[in-house]
Amino acid sequence: MIRFEEVTKEYPDGTRAVKNLNLEIRKGEFVCLIGPSGCGKTTTLKMVNRLVEPTRGTIYVDGQDIMKVDPVQLRRRIGYVIQQIGLFPHMTIEENITLVPRLLGWDKERCRRRVEELLPLVGLDPDQYRHRYPRELSGGQQQRVGVLRALAAEPDLILMDEPFGALDPITREALQDELKKLQSKLHKTILFVTHDMDEALKLADRIVLMKDGEVVQDGSPEDLLRHPANDFVAAFIGRERMAAAVGATPVEELMIRRPVTAGPNKGLAEAVQLMRQKRVDSVVVVDEENRLLGVVTAREIQQHRDRARTLGEIMSGEPACVEVGAPVTEALQRMFVERLDHLPVVDRERRLVGLITRTTLVDLLSREGWPNGSTGGSSQGVSA
Amino acid sequence: MAAFLSEFGSYLVSNADRLLELTVEHLQLSLAAVGFGLLVGIPVGVLMARFRRLVGPVLWVTSALQTVPALALAGFLMILFGLGRGTGIAVLFCYTLMPILRATYTGITSVDPALVEAARGMGMTRWQILRMVQLPLALSVLLVGVRVATVIAIGTATILSLIGAGGLGQEIFAGIRRVSDVRILAGAVPAALLAVLADAGISWLERRLTSPGLRVERSAAQS
Repeated sequence: MIRFEEVTKEYPDGTRAVKNLNLEIRKGEFVCLIGPSGCGKTTTLKMVNRLVEPTRGTIYVDGQDIMKVDPVQLRRRIGYVIQQIGLFPHMTIEENITLVPRLLGWDKERCRRRVEELLPLVGLDPDQYRHRYPRELSGGQQQRVGVLRALAAEPDLILMDEPFGALDPITREALQDELKKLQSKLHKTILFVTHDMDEALKLADRIVLMKDGEVVQDGSPEDLLRHPANDFVAAFIGRERMAAAVGATPVEELMIRRPVTAGPNKGLAEAVQLMRQKRVDSVVVVDEENRLLGVVTAREIQQHRDRARTLGEIMSGEPACVEVGAPVTEALQRMFVERLDHLPVVDRERRLVGLITRTTLVDLLSREGWPNGSTGGSSQGVSA
Repeated sequence: MAAFLSEFGSYLVSNADRLLELTVEHLQLSLAAVGFGLLVGIPVGVLMARFRRLVGPVLWVTSALQTVPALALAGFLMILFGLGRGTGIAVLFCYTLMPILRATYTGITSVDPALVEAARGMGMTRWQILRMVQLPLALSVLLVGVRVATVIAIGTATILSLIGAGGLGQEIFAGIRRVSDVRILAGAVPAALLAVLADAGISWLERRLTSPGLRVERSAAQS
């Protein structure tokens, strides 16, 4: 969708805002450009719609070299949202939203219908808001309209330059959620500039971290959190978030992969034998298709040895379990709250894939990035 | 006083046709000058906003023009163009130019740059930005300039009967020559009324032309 090839931007005073940038953004991707101020992220964004022109190198949008396209035509098929919102105060909400469609020569009826489609997307009632003026709306509502204005002419590509930077934290978060929802519906290609790491982690499919006009790291939010390329990235992300990311590790990375299992018809004596052999204190009971039935511990066998003969008779029905993909903190929290020693991990079909035990906690604590001796909120839940 | 007023009243009644004609002439003279002022002043103001290098020289020339006494300017232009209405309009034009182009320039440059950037980023051409964003937003400032220009033009027009431009000045100067208070007032009062009405007319125009989105800033701040 967008390709930067060896792109450099030099200003007349000699500052090089962007140096030899190579970057490709695929269709449907939500990419955040992030970095400290002056890192060249906004310049990079503005080069896409030619508000800033590169000194060297080529930028392709949809396979076309943008320097060979009329900038006015180029901009009309790229949505653009700015931090200052930039709604025209003398135009109604409807006139603001339909500005680009009108420039493109849509007829009145089509513009009207488009407004009726768009306003509900951000929870604004068309009849109530279409004829209002921007000053009659709150900041959050104004930027919602700002986003709609960028969507109006149905562009595939949308550029957003710190769109939520000027809003208060609560409104900002609401708009982030709405944007995320919109994106899951519309699948636009979005290039989003921000300096807020939480925002990038929340929204982006891919984060491009820049410093001094160069890309420092380019990867998924996961990648950045768990494998920061260098100290700068780690510092920019912050220890706290990295620790939280370790807590967000999916359970399958820490679970015991081949727990000791037995069928429900296994005799108690046999089960005890098995546990002694494998040196474990519990056995997971599964059916022939490896579906989870329950967990039986050595103590339970001890308690029931007089009355029962098979594992099936003493295991509790509906055993607690977690699904693959759940964060390990969630699993450990449940073990603590429900006083479990073991928590089986299952797939969608309830087939056993592994087991979390209390030793998992020890493994987690030994992971890199976990704050040493931290009393932070994220560790309290599991260490208690 | 009562005797004077009744004399004044009867003079107005018996000369109503001629006075009305002079008033219309006066208005035409002033409005023509303002019209030319707009025709030249707005484009020059727009150019100044685009090419900032022009600002200094243009303002210097027009301000200098503004300081020349009207009578001197009238005499000078009379030598060049002869007597008549055309010369009168040319003199007034020189005085309307500065307020109008200065207001245009100020109005356009005071438009929030973020709006212009948004407009550019959305794919508006320069002309569309000017027509759809900058001028509508500059309008109220621009109209202040037009109002100043119009009032100046109506006031200054009274002396241009000296170079044969007509208007209510004719009546005033006739009154001066004949030491007739009644005739002086018969020229001066309608001229003053014209200025007041023009001022009110432009205020009305301003309310009509300004988008409701810009209008009620004060009540919006209160709510």
